[in-house]
Amino acid sequence: MSSTTAAKKPKRPHGYRRPDTLTDAPTHFCPGCGHGIVHRLVAEVIDEMGLRESAIAVAPVGCGVLAYDYWKIDVSEAAHGRTPAVATGIKRVQPDKLVLSYQGDGDLAAIGTAEIIHTANRGENITVLFINNAIYGMTGGQMAPTTMLQQKTATTQAGREARVHGNPIHVCELLATLDGSAYLERVSLSSPSNVRKGKKAIKKAFETQLAGLGFSLVEFLSPCPTYWRMNPVEALKHIDQALSKVFPPGVVKDKTREEGKDA
Amino acid sequence: MAELVGLTGNDAGAEALKDVNPDVVAVFPITPQTELMHKFSAYANDGVVETELIPVESEHSAQSACFGSAAAGARTATATSSQGLALMSEICYITASTRLPVVMPVVNRALSGPINIHCDHSDSMALRDAGWIQIFSENAQEVYDNTIQAFRIGEREDVLLPVMVCLDGFILSHTMEPVELLGPEAAQKFVGEYHPAFSLLDTDNPISIGPLHLTDYYFECKRQEVAAMENARHAVADVGREYGELTGRNYGIFEKYKLDDADVAIIALGSTCGTAKVAADQAREKGIKAGVLKLRMFRPFPGDEIAEIVNAVGTVAVMDRSISFGLRGGPLFNEVRSFVNGGCPQLVNYVYGLGGRDINATEIESIFAELVRIKKSGDTGELYRYIGLRE
Repeated sequence: MSSTTAAKKPKRPHGYRRPDTLTDAPTHFCPGCGHGIVHRLVAEVIDEMGLRESAIAVAPVGCGVLAYDYWKIDVSEAAHGRTPAVATGIKRVQPDKLVLSYQGDGDLAAIGTAEIIHTANRGENITVLFINNAIYGMTGGQMAPTTMLQQKTATTQAGREARVHGNPIHVCELLATLDGSAYLERVSLSSPSNVRKGKKAIKKAFETQLAGLGFSLVEFLSPCPTYWRMNPVEALKHIDQALSKVFPPGVVKDKTREEGKDA
Repeated sequence: MAELVGLTGNDAGAEALKDVNPDVVAVFPITPQTELMHKFSAYANDGVVETELIPVESEHSAQSACFGSAAAGARTATATSSQGLALMSEICYITASTRLPVVMPVVNRALSGPINIHCDHSDSMALRDAGWIQIFSENAQEVYDNTIQAFRIGEREDVLLPVMVCLDGFILSHTMEPVELLGPEAAQKFVGEYHPAFSLLDTDNPISIGPLHLTDYYFECKRQEVAAMENARHAVADVGREYGELTGRNYGIFEKYKLDDADVAIIALGSTCGTAKVAADQAREKGIKAGVLKLRMFRPFPGDEIAEIVNAVGTVAVMDRSISFGLRGGPLFNEVRSFVNGGCPQLVNYVYGLGGRDINATEIESIFAELVRIKKSGDTGELYRYIGLRE
């Protein structure tokens, strides 16, 4: 359904509707990919919070590279892994804007490890939306820093081995050790109820930023049926059965709660 | 003996690495290089090679891992493209100045921005002063042959420099062609065993790698790189000749195509040379004596040898698949011109194919026709030109 058609018809209060912040462009994502879900959730939250005219996103290199085609907000591209640094520059100049960095696990946890750590450590008042599908999607299924042990990828064809390839990086837990991080939550995209939790987490992250509390990040355990070599349904089950065991969903850090307690 | 198979340029690079069986290979994916290392990773996983494969977290780390491995005395390779080469450029200079003969296929792709994944030569051109030998390939066969030769060239004792084997992104990397393979036995016999004169593994002769050179020795270190590059001129030619004796495929610093009686000629790098040969044949059917100078070795730059040919032809177009902002024209043109030094009365530059814009034989034929016009009229006209550009 295109939004032009939707605009002509009276809006149904509970029916499916494309968020205003989403463009009509069909996404380039593979069937069953989680990126489209997160794109929509971000658009819904921006709509609901009335932030479309004050949101600026920074798009990564990786499967999320074309975010500017899908969101009707200002978007800048960044070099591979550098979106948090670019977002920092934008936010320092436009502190009243909602600034988002959208990144995958290759962009954020491999080539851009320095940027994400230092951006969080400085407590930059931005929000990072982090898609963790435990693999490099764009380049064709190589090992990511978040690849699980024994997981087979193009560069770990006998499975990831800790001794040779290291262990999966737990980004939320890693960033939680830094004083500058304010809100960190890991959510799963494995079911409608989990997707709704994801939406709440995005809203909470945006609120954290608007309240000026510092760095916020939501990590999405997201299906990659293509490079997990599964169909979309199996991929969703795989999130619950495997990925969620290695990366437990939940709030990892919440300064708003801590500050509430202190008060 | 020789095996003929259908391979893409990326496959050919992977086959060459497989046949050489390097000690260490660092891998990091980037379009359009990714498949090269995919295929090599499969060989490593399946035990076809004994290579220690290191999947690293960025190209900066890939080149750093290569630096460490080569310093430790291992025969080392990696491969990259575009932004990856740009990111590792800091280390590339160090690999060269430390005289570590790392071999690296570079699948040529435009540099950001705007972000693009298709072919041009802006990536390797950006590193033309980094101290790496740069060899360009016209087709998948040359990717295979050049990659094998690269080990011999770089590891020669009077050279000891890293080597980039350049191949055009997608045009070569993703196009399948028949390729004749040496196979591991012949390839390894050709490259020989690698015994570095200095290495960190040689604990009987302890050394320091990469110590601080300030005003005392930095200058001399750079002068030694110059000398090594000079020796590389001979190494590229010698190894190419020896490879020809083995395979029947002779390689020089460049290839002359129908230049002996040419009235007009173009100079180009990479896959465009194949298109240009077709264009030259077409032009000759129409009575234009057209020729092509396919430059294989861009670093070290065979300026004197090029100048001799260019001056003899007299009317020449230099094709650049990259651009040098503020200098005018492309790097190849400006380097050719600096050696020609006024000896070629009619030398023009065509910048083409940026960001993967196609160049076809008809377009190149039109360049030959324009060169004929220039020759007859004596009017060179605009020096810096574009072809295939919307203006």
